[in-house]
Amino acid sequence: MAFITANWNPLGEAFYRKTELYEMCWNLRDGLRDSLVATAPYGGPIALLREPHRRSPSSRPQLEIYFSSGVSVASFPWKSGPVVHLGWTVSDELLCIQEDGSVLIYDLFGSFKRHFNMGLEVVQSQVLEAKVFHSPYGTGIAIVTGSSRFTLATNIEDLKLRRLPEVPGLQGKPSSWLVLSQDRQTKVLLSVGPDLFILDNTACTAVVPPGLSPQAGNIIQMSVSFSYKYLALFTDTGHLWTGSSNLQDKLSEVETKKSTPPRQMVWCRRPKSQQPSVVLMWDKLLMVAGVCQDTIQFPIEDPCVLVGELDGVRIISSSSQELLQEVPLVCQDIFKIASMAPGALLLEAHREYEKSSQKADEYLREIKEQSMLGEAVRQCVEAAGHEYDSNTQKSLLRAASFGKCFLTDFNPDVFVATCRELRVLNAVRESAVGLPLTFTQFKQMTLQVLIDRLVYRQFYPLAIEICRYLKIPDYQGVSRVLKHWASCKVQQKDLTDEAIAKAVCMKVGDSPGVSYSHIAAKAYECGRTELAIKLLDFEARSGEQVPLLLKMKRSQLALSKAVESGDTDLVYTVVTYLKNEMNRGDFFMTLRNQPVALSLYRKFCKLQEQDTLKDLYNQDDDHQELANFYVTASYREKRLESRLSLLQSAVDEYNKAKNEFSVKATEDEIRLLRFQRRLDDEKGAGLLGLSLQGTMEALLALGLNKQAEQLYRDFRVPDKRYWWLKLRSLAEKEEWEELEKFSKSKKSPIGYLAFVEVCVKSNNKYEAKKYVSKVTPEQKVKAHLAISDLEGAADAAIERKNESEIGVVLSRCSTNDRLLMDKLNRARNSIAKK
Amino acid sequence: MAHSIRRDSPELPDFSLLKRLARDQLIYLLEQLPGKKDLFIEADLMSPLDRIANVSTLKQHEVDKLYKVEYKPIISTADQLCFLIRPRIKTVKWICDVANADKAAGKLRRYKIIFTPQKFYACEAVLEEQGIIGDVTTDEWSFYLLPLDDDIISLELPEFFRDNFLAGDQRWVRTAGSALHLLHSLYGPFSKIYGIGRCSKMAYESWREQVEEGEQRARQAEIGKVFLIDRDVDFVTPLCSQVVYEGLVDDIFRIKCGCVEFGPDVTSSDKSIKVMLNSQDRVFNEIRNEHFSNVFGFLSQKARNLQTAYDKRRGMDIKQMKTFVSEELKGLKQEHRLLSLHIGASESIMKKKTKQDFQELLKTEHSLLEGFEIRECISFIEEHINRQVSMIESLRLLCLLSITENGLLPKDYRSFKAQYLQSYGVDHLLTFANLRQLGLLVEQQPGETLTVMESKVGKLVNDKTAGKLTDAFSSLAKKSNFRALSRRLNLVPKSDEEYDLRVPRDMAYIFSGAYVPLSCKLIEQVLERDGWTGLEEVTRLLNGHEFAVTGSNGVDLRGKGDAQRIILVMFLGGCTFSEISALRFLGREKGYKFIVVTTAITSSSRLIEALLDNQV
Repeated sequence: MAFITANWNPLGEAFYRKTELYEMCWNLRDGLRDSLVATAPYGGPIALLREPHRRSPSSRPQLEIYFSSGVSVASFPWKSGPVVHLGWTVSDELLCIQEDGSVLIYDLFGSFKRHFNMGLEVVQSQVLEAKVFHSPYGTGIAIVTGSSRFTLATNIEDLKLRRLPEVPGLQGKPSSWLVLSQDRQTKVLLSVGPDLFILDNTACTAVVPPGLSPQAGNIIQMSVSFSYKYLALFTDTGHLWTGSSNLQDKLSEVETKKSTPPRQMVWCRRPKSQQPSVVLMWDKLLMVAGVCQDTIQFPIEDPCVLVGELDGVRIISSSSQELLQEVPLVCQDIFKIASMAPGALLLEAHREYEKSSQKADEYLREIKEQSMLGEAVRQCVEAAGHEYDSNTQKSLLRAASFGKCFLTDFNPDVFVATCRELRVLNAVRESAVGLPLTFTQFKQMTLQVLIDRLVYRQFYPLAIEICRYLKIPDYQGVSRVLKHWASCKVQQKDLTDEAIAKAVCMKVGDSPGVSYSHIAAKAYECGRTELAIKLLDFEARSGEQVPLLLKMKRSQLALSKAVESGDTDLVYTVVTYLKNEMNRGDFFMTLRNQPVALSLYRKFCKLQEQDTLKDLYNQDDDHQELANFYVTASYREKRLESRLSLLQSAVDEYNKAKNEFSVKATEDEIRLLRFQRRLDDEKGAGLLGLSLQGTMEALLALGLNKQAEQLYRDFRVPDKRYWWLKLRSLAEKEEWEELEKFSKSKKSPIGYLAFVEVCVKSNNKYEAKKYVSKVTPEQKVKAHLAISDLEGAADAAIERKNESEIGVVLSRCSTNDRLLMDKLNRARNSIAKK
Repeated sequence: MAHSIRRDSPELPDFSLLKRLARDQLIYLLEQLPGKKDLFIEADLMSPLDRIANVSTLKQHEVDKLYKVEYKPIISTADQLCFLIRPRIKTVKWICDVANADKAAGKLRRYKIIFTPQKFYACEAVLEEQGIIGDVTTDEWSFYLLPLDDDIISLELPEFFRDNFLAGDQRWVRTAGSALHLLHSLYGPFSKIYGIGRCSKMAYESWREQVEEGEQRARQAEIGKVFLIDRDVDFVTPLCSQVVYEGLVDDIFRIKCGCVEFGPDVTSSDKSIKVMLNSQDRVFNEIRNEHFSNVFGFLSQKARNLQTAYDKRRGMDIKQMKTFVSEELKGLKQEHRLLSLHIGASESIMKKKTKQDFQELLKTEHSLLEGFEIRECISFIEEHINRQVSMIESLRLLCLLSITENGLLPKDYRSFKAQYLQSYGVDHLLTFANLRQLGLLVEQQPGETLTVMESKVGKLVNDKTAGKLTDAFSSLAKKSNFRALSRRLNLVPKSDEEYDLRVPRDMAYIFSGAYVPLSCKLIEQVLERDGWTGLEEVTRLLNGHEFAVTGSNGVDLRGKGDAQRIILVMFLGGCTFSEISALRFLGREKGYKFIVVTTAITSSSRLIEALLDNQV
């Protein structure tokens, strides 16, 4: 423990430490010499292109890809043109920018993804230099061409090339340049000799860094910080200027007393850093230059590569990888020699406690007296996060846990979370995985992205373990990993369809959120249709299967799945698709096997395509429906002739359907229509379209009794209905004599009570009375009541000795009918006695 | 009986939230088309829309003029037209005509179609076919549920019934599922779901699917149990004449979207008055569930009370008078107004319904339900047609006869059909075809005894592929078996006892004690048994498709007793006011509170009208 500060180097107020991350697993014969190297922040992968400039066509340079720890991922000979620059995108894809301006994109495993071009004119003028940069918009590329023109693409996923304006007086490439992303704008900052220019979309503006003396010399190296906040300029007199990147303020100026340009210059700072500093690297020397004029110098042996990180600089050499960073304040507080910070005391207390020494109590008291125990625990937890060595982490966390025991209202969430997250970090820092993330980087990157990166690197089991360990909801965690795994699995060419389907099904099971149709779509993309169909079978939601099935031209299957899903819209989609795909016959046949789809389509046709509907019924030999169709159509038809012919077709179809009743009914209708037309023509009766009953009614109303009579006979209208009709019609016209004659024409099939009631309804009690005597005995009481003849009703009821009828009459009596009521009551009693 | 242990009914959840949600979304959609615009509203959306957002709200969001969709060329000078419609092909076609006419006239306009509650692919296909898909923007207003009252929520989709049960078009099933999902996410989680009927099952599955897709939040349940029922499980109940006040008002005056228009004969003036009928109306609230024979008694008692309240004025000093005028008088006047309206309505109903004919009609219905004196009933119906009483009523009686008797004898069927066609036109051939397909009016198959039929049906139902029955078979499967069901569930009480309608014994009171509505009886039985066990024979007679599922997150639901006594009943294909009254009665008896969700309020005439096919 005492050695923790051994690798600390003071620089002004702050300390810098260099921690070894890995001994590199790779075995580079020539070190990093003569290679084009691309490294990515956040512990990203490393790409190496050996001897890119050797132009002889016979020997091809080798492109190698490694994890951060040096584990080899891919290696293949470079067959395309000369490469100017290599870079990684935010999603860990390798960009190879060639001399002719074409950019080739490879994935982490070295398989080619796609390519694009930085503009046609570049082919002529050639790319002199290129840079890959990251901004909130994604990964961008900037190039400078042989004709000294800059071209920018802010986001390679959404490629829009911007050719920047010309820089006055620039020949060849500038002495140094970089890309700035500020205020939602991407600009190029470049130096020509001692002059500095900003190049944006519209103009090239000369700028002067505040406080940089004109004697400082030519600016030959520039560097911008990770967050684009700070800028460093290095001149050929060994002068280093640092300031804000908007060129408003100066931070400091340092004389490095080096006249050779540094191989690399990178900002080294952390969020809330005490003092930002710049790391410069020459062939044998690494220098950290801070704001305070002070420098730290490290000798180096091998050629190295610096990788600027959010909170430090990674130094990769052929044998090892180190992290150079400012020691976080909290670590300083705890580990600084003779520190009296609460965290330091707590750590000490715990150490004594483990030794079973009573000093532990003294230390604790001291913290408690200042009521700083909470703060002490917090410090230990935070410091543990920043430590790379797991033993240090442990001792800090143990101390925190120890201190926690003496607190009553301490919220343990942060402590628990830190423990868990450190465990995850330690796991991914393992050499085999090779993601040397610091705690700060991890927080910035978020867990989601970390899992994505692991998945992308195909560390599926680890990713799943992490999801489970951190209890991420399945939907965002395990299921997502499984989904990627399965999508990757289906691309394995060496396995049979059965084996893959089985493996996928076993692993994925019915994890929520994993869509088999998605996996199947992947399989289909890889040309494995059979596998896709097998996988689709596992999809529980039939609706999801349909689009892919259609794509794979399994339309029959798609239709039945759509029907199963119960989603009519989906069924309809498939039906429309089939309609366009198949010939009519097949289409109808397909529908016939799917009643739901068929009825849906029928309904659509009823509204949209009448003729198709007819074809549909024809195909099915559904004569009944076809006939109904003709009937419907006939009512839509205005012209009588066509209406009749449609009805005739209906008759034919009903005949075929052996529906005698309908045949007869339709034939009757035809006859009726003809009859109506004749009368309309002759008498202008306006009958067309009326029902038989309506026709007769109209005829009677017009006094065309003969014709009505004719219909009655021709169409075998039941006597009862005809009598009712005539009765009402005569009463309405108040032809009472006619009515009386009619009543005597023969015995009424509807009885005579009807006559009474109809007359009463027409307010003619006088006429009504005529028929009361004819009413059958059972209805006598009702008839008398209808004409409000209470006495008659009473007599009839008593005569019939019917108790309930007497009751009915009684209920109609009012108080004025005393006598009658007595009479009725007497009668009722006498009946009751019997 | 349950009287002794009657518990207080729990409080109902607040459904006004549904209205607020719908209104906010509509406003959002209107604002998607900034600037002045004319709004065209589908005719049957007018009343529901009125309940959600009034004209001034619409005007606030830059709606200039309002029009009803009338399928005619439009007269509008606006640059932007917005259409608020149901996803119907006919309406979409009309919009295409409008747009194409504008194009021909060289007029440039922006069009926006808002489909409610959702859009269908078929509608977009029409837009595409007519070549205007690029000219219009479409949106969905997911206005699924309109609360008509504290305990009635309607989807206001009358076409659900015909589309689903007659045309076999299942597109509304998902709508029903979404409506259920909405209720679940606002008032759930449900602890138990029961249901019967094919459509119910599909709606349930659609809902489950949506639940699984979406994220789940743990919340305090406000609705405990859900019962889904298809209209075709019970056709008898909606075909009977309604005799409970609310039902009667609906039968006679037609309640539209919770609102009724009383004509001059009711208001005893020369104007018609529109009245909202819901629990806010204190007079109505007291009589809505009463058998009509009691309504007059209630109303006259009420009138007397009112008079006493008015009479208090006498002998008041100035100060008392002042408080009386400021506090009570307004309420009294309001009550007075309502009272006179309902008395007017009752008188009007009396005039129509207490006539001899109506009594005989009821007698016939009761005989049909009991299965007595069928020949007399048949001649009554015959006379009904002969006298040309009513096109719809005759058909209704025929259907009732067919369902209760398991079909008509071929001789009767033919003669009825001939008579009917002669009376009302041959185009009703199609109506008869529809009724046959639904199993509402069928001919007894000669040569096949009932048992053979039943075993056939049984086999079909047990078969997994029951869902794929062809039309012909499904009409066969739709045998009603009413008589057997009635015996099993004791739907028709013994007629020899006097039934005091003032103190109802059971749900039969809604039909004057003659019949317990099958739908409500099923609900009662299933809730009592907490599932379908013991009802196997009944479900077999009903062609199955029953289910009972315990909610997925069945954690500590037992504790919160109140919500578990709130039961949501969803009728797919509509329900009648009588059924709602019956459920309210059941709720009072058993300490439940029922919330009725229906695709639309239906009645015998609406049901039959939906199946007519003479107007294309």
